[in-house]
Amino acid sequence: MNIELRFFASVREALGVSQETVALPAGVATVGDVRAFLRERGGKWAEVLADGRALRMAYDQQMTDAATPIRDGGEVAFFPPVTGG
Amino acid sequence: MQAGNMTVRVQTEDFDVSSEVAAMRAHSPRIGAVVTFIGTVRDMNDGSSVAEMELEHYPGMTEKALQAIVEQAKSRWNIDDALVIHRVGPLLPRDQIVLVAVTSAHRGEAFDACEFIIDYLKTEAPFWKKEQTPQGARWVDARVIDDEALEKWHVSDNKTGNKAGEGSGR
Repeated sequence: MNIELRFFASVREALGVSQETVALPAGVATVGDVRAFLRERGGKWAEVLADGRALRMAYDQQMTDAATPIRDGGEVAFFPPVTGG
Repeated sequence: MQAGNMTVRVQTEDFDVSSEVAAMRAHSPRIGAVVTFIGTVRDMNDGSSVAEMELEHYPGMTEKALQAIVEQAKSRWNIDDALVIHRVGPLLPRDQIVLVAVTSAHRGEAFDACEFIIDYLKTEAPFWKKEQTPQGARWVDARVIDDEALEKWHVSDNKTGNKAGEGSGR
């Protein structure tokens, strides 16, 4: 299963990536699983995506939580709490 | 409401409040109240002077989130129309950032809907501010007070996990 990853603001800067396509191994089935899978890359990934960090997640451009299931071709985004307005 | 009415716009250009309000009022003689909120860039934030600000957003999601907020306001209050314009890109102190304009027959509904939309926008719409200060560039932190502002509207379907006390990176 392939998904699109998007990163914004301080998360994008810390990881040095704004967008990538990633092939997921079997068993990665939710947004939370994707976060854990990316943490395994270690280094900044482990730090920026750590549990307990104030991080927001979106699936297919809707705010979501870790339990949301993902499908092939889906878009998962990670970003800090928003500060517009 | 109005077919083809652009109720949500994300743009780098500035906006003119008078012409936006005039356009909203033009389509209905039933409007008896117009409430507008304009957010602007301050030259001071969190103890530092701010020379410039850059607004980043999530193209695609931003428009959907703003549209969802406007639709919620329309379903919750008896309003005629609502408009949100949010700027992105580089901005300077005194620049306009955001316009929320609501029209209705009577003022109460327009006041409430306008405040609801900006409160909701500040916690749910994917915009991020980065400031240039004498100490260097810094991302603006989300404020706990913004989450508290949202709570008064009893938004039950808040999946973002915003909680008071969480989220301060400094």
